[in-house]
Amino acid sequence: MSSIFVPWTARPSEVLSGFRTKATRWLLGLGAVLMALGVVLFIAFRLYSSEVITDWRVAVAYLGVLGPIATGGAFFLGGLAIIFFRQIVVILQTRWVAFLIFCGAVVGTCLLVWGYSWLSYYMRTAFVKFEGIVPADDIYDTIQSHCPVAFVAYLLWPLQFVVVRDLIAMGGLVGFAATVAAFGIWWERKVAGRIQSRLGPMRVGGWHGWAQSPADGIKLVLKEDFVPAHGDAVLFRLAPYLAFVPTIAAFMALPFAGAAWVFRDLDVALIFILAVLGLDVLGVLCAGLASNNKYSTYGGLREACQMVSYEIPMSMSLLVPIMMAGTLKLSAIADQQGAGFSSWFVFANPCCFIAFFMYYSAALASCKRAPFDLPEAESELVAGFLTEYSGLRWGLFFLGEYAAMFVVSGLAVILFLGGWKSPFPASWAPTGTGFFDHLIRGLFFDGPILFVLKSMFLFYVQLWIRWTLPRVRIDQVLYACVQVLLPTAMVVLLANTFWVLGVQQLQVPWMVSLDTVLHTILVVIGYVFVITIIGIVAYGFVNRTRLVGRLAVKHLPGA
Amino acid sequence: MTETVLESRPDINANLSADAIRQQDMPTEEMLVNMGPQHPATHGVLRIVLRTDGEMVLEAVPHIGYLHRCAEKIGESLAPFQFIPYTDRMDYLAGMNNNLAYALTIEKLTGLEVSKRAQYIRVLFAELNRIASHLVMFGTYGLDMGAFTPFLYAFREREWILDMFESTCGARLTYSYITIGGVTDDLPDGFLDRCAEFCDYFEPKIDEYNDLLSFNHIFVKRTANVGIVSAEDAIRWGLTGPCLRASGVRWDLRKVQPDTSYEEFEFDIPIGEGLKGTVGDSWDRYFVRMQEMKQSVRIIRQAIAKLRDTLGDVLNKKGKLVKLPEDDVYYEIENPRGQLGFYVQGNGSQVPARVKARGPSFCNLSITNHVCRNCLLADIPAIVGSIDVVLGEVDR
Amino acid sequence: MTPEEIANILKGKFGDKIVGVNFQTVHPHVWVAADAWHDVAMFLRHDSRLRFDLLRCISSVDMLEAKEMVAVYDLISCDGVPGSRELWKSRHGMCVKIKVSRDKPHIRSVADIWPTADWHEREAYDLMGIVFDGHPDSVEDAEGRHPRRILCPDDWAGHALRKDYIFPMEYHGIPAVTEYEQTRPTH
Repeated sequence: MSSIFVPWTARPSEVLSGFRTKATRWLLGLGAVLMALGVVLFIAFRLYSSEVITDWRVAVAYLGVLGPIATGGAFFLGGLAIIFFRQIVVILQTRWVAFLIFCGAVVGTCLLVWGYSWLSYYMRTAFVKFEGIVPADDIYDTIQSHCPVAFVAYLLWPLQFVVVRDLIAMGGLVGFAATVAAFGIWWERKVAGRIQSRLGPMRVGGWHGWAQSPADGIKLVLKEDFVPAHGDAVLFRLAPYLAFVPTIAAFMALPFAGAAWVFRDLDVALIFILAVLGLDVLGVLCAGLASNNKYSTYGGLREACQMVSYEIPMSMSLLVPIMMAGTLKLSAIADQQGAGFSSWFVFANPCCFIAFFMYYSAALASCKRAPFDLPEAESELVAGFLTEYSGLRWGLFFLGEYAAMFVVSGLAVILFLGGWKSPFPASWAPTGTGFFDHLIRGLFFDGPILFVLKSMFLFYVQLWIRWTLPRVRIDQVLYACVQVLLPTAMVVLLANTFWVLGVQQLQVPWMVSLDTVLHTILVVIGYVFVITIIGIVAYGFVNRTRLVGRLAVKHLPGA
Repeated sequence: MTETVLESRPDINANLSADAIRQQDMPTEEMLVNMGPQHPATHGVLRIVLRTDGEMVLEAVPHIGYLHRCAEKIGESLAPFQFIPYTDRMDYLAGMNNNLAYALTIEKLTGLEVSKRAQYIRVLFAELNRIASHLVMFGTYGLDMGAFTPFLYAFREREWILDMFESTCGARLTYSYITIGGVTDDLPDGFLDRCAEFCDYFEPKIDEYNDLLSFNHIFVKRTANVGIVSAEDAIRWGLTGPCLRASGVRWDLRKVQPDTSYEEFEFDIPIGEGLKGTVGDSWDRYFVRMQEMKQSVRIIRQAIAKLRDTLGDVLNKKGKLVKLPEDDVYYEIENPRGQLGFYVQGNGSQVPARVKARGPSFCNLSITNHVCRNCLLADIPAIVGSIDVVLGEVDR
Repeated sequence: MTPEEIANILKGKFGDKIVGVNFQTVHPHVWVAADAWHDVAMFLRHDSRLRFDLLRCISSVDMLEAKEMVAVYDLISCDGVPGSRELWKSRHGMCVKIKVSRDKPHIRSVADIWPTADWHEREAYDLMGIVFDGHPDSVEDAEGRHPRRILCPDDWAGHALRKDYIFPMEYHGIPAVTEYEQTRPTH
């Protein structure tokens, strides 16, 4: 720790400027050297020429040209940033700049993801006619009409392999999961603050403390890394990964907008996700037992008990929409809900309606969240399985928790709330091929934005519940699971079986008419709910300066 | 173990005690868990040593003395008006009430007169402090139970009250405002209007908090039927204040022994009625305090009306110079936490020969072991939080 | 009932164990002999006329010149029905004082009669040194059998509220810091 310095702490300015000069010199120098090296190698190996295109030049293109130029450019820009940091800070603190940069980053990421997915599709389909590994010059010949630059062929060469494309996509997934977690943590603190009549983070980064999560992440990384002396060292180190990795793995089967927006469109996607989320328990158990702390053991065992118990009603309530859809393939399930708001499974029959709430509660308990966080936040008595964890290990547990919250919300959205399908019927979608037709279809009808928004709404409800309700005692938690949720799940499942038999298969007339009536009632309830939410939000927004607490936002820094 | 279980288990000797039966069937080890002097629940430096058998608590022994600051010894070398600031710090959440207790004790011992206006002001501030103290209990009890939000709402309301206190005496927590002979200074301009505004703002909030926390199903399940104290037990163990009233005993020193013109005010004394569980459980102890806040608002409104009509001096100047007769006195008043009593023995000089403070939390806390037998580990915060101790007056 | 009537009832029952009375004071009290205290306490608690069921406070006073220590018991009787709409009232209140010598300050514990006395007696022992025999939470050590200390640590030496108490300058290696080398506060 002593070798890592944080330059903006209290040190005399001559020491600081000494560091700064050294840093700028190294960064600018190294950056310039690397960029020059890249350019030199580019010219030396004639990578600009379209006559001689060979496979081994791909390695040079990446390692000798692209790599050095990219890293050198980054170093160079870093050096420039240090030289001009005062001006940069002034710009960043201008009213909307940070926010615009943030939005720009979001939009840019979306464009990047979209561009990469298009490229991936192209690489899959354009070279099918070739057998085996496609050489670089064949790639150039294929793309020549669109893009005559030879260098691009070198860059595209590795992308023909499924492994490479998958690795990049997985990197994107992990990035998305981490971003969801980081955003979720910031948002939770803002939501908690607003519910508690205060503001939440306001300073870090300027506008409403948006940089709080990255700042916290940096702080956690810099913390001292210690392992309890007499604990089980291996299990202690392993536990955060056992809690974090399964959640990321669950993202692999979670479709964001149909078969093209999922890492692997598994036929058994739902079972895969549930199975993988069940591995989280191992992380909690290892953490509790490896800490050499009787309170951690207490907390960890109770926690594991709770998580495992709630998986049963969770899975059973998910069987209800499965029965309605007839498939476990998540993308196909959501496809069946494309006819608008009233076709969403949650309104299909009362069993599904009840199953939605049961699933949501069981998922809350399984994520050790909201009113069921007794073992984790049992600060009254013992500190739970996280006692001995600090620094990045602790951060990884929470990254896993927030990512898991998103996954279970996403599952609920796909299975009950129509997935990425819009509340408007699919027949309203424009069918043309113009840019705006594509745009509207992508934004509202086929794209992932609605999925992410709906998942974030359910995520928000989880945050809302956490800051409203007190904690449930562990024996009451297990009572609720085994004596309330489980029998209800079984009854609902049975009722749904009869419904599917009567209405869908046999089409018994009185059942069909009863179903229509109930369906209409549920859809009306749904509309009422949506209108109520919008009304409450609008009322709050319109009266925001007049409501309780009379928070005067304007005079605070960062506002 | 129930009878039916024993019937099906002939291998267990049913003639033994419950503990022994449990040992026979599934021998478990007892564990000593230390709910140590430092813990995140905000009750202060209290250490409770729990002897647990799995989830069940067999014994909960509180160890106190971590906040002992020898206030009584100091009282033997200070004149009464100098000792007033020390009384603030005993129950630091109810400073006005502590000052009032000591001031009334000395005034009873010396026969000092206090003007009517000062008496009304004392009532006003004592009740405001009662609301502030009960708000802390409301907030921290919610926090113990895992509801994070009521804590901040409680402190938001307390900001109003503490701002009013600050405008009057300059301090937000340790006031030393009520002193021997009256109060140190008269109310600032506009104070009564602000107080009335606060009452109008705060009264509907109590209903809001009842909706948010008191009648919340999860909260009720955590606190109802937990830590039941019968009326007889409460009196025998010396419980006073809301803890006693929650067990069904409608006993309030403001009615039994009205002083500082409490007899001119109209207010009710709420008791625990076992609405959500049994009479005398933790929920009752909590809900009695919520209802008391409403009654305090009633008293404050009456005090504001009386103060608008009553003028006069607020401090009897003899208070500073008073000599204590060779006599002793024991006097109690109704604090937010119970009955705070002072025993003062004078020896003819200005400095007393003995000052003893009977802190309500000291007596309330002694029932912990008796109540916490055979409860679950997670019930301990529910019980200790509902007793609402402030270690300052437990340890003095 | 007035304090005089209560004192008469007590004198009638215990005779010369009630060694004195004083009603010309703001705090009317009776003096009881230490050896009869437990019986008197039982009587005060259970007699149908008296029924002192709430022990408010046990104060301990050090009379250094008279070489005595006094334990002051404040009692009050609560009258009412649990759960009723009527306010509870106080029938009467009384104070009982017990004088013990400073060398052998032993009083019988009344924690079995009023459980609230448990902690009060522990504090009186801890800070003043009055030994309550038969206390339910007693420990045995070099000073004999005495109630467990409550505010000071279990191995603390001395009784802090005595007038001749010398504050220790060191506890388990922790030095005491005083101004001007005082050993006791003086003004």
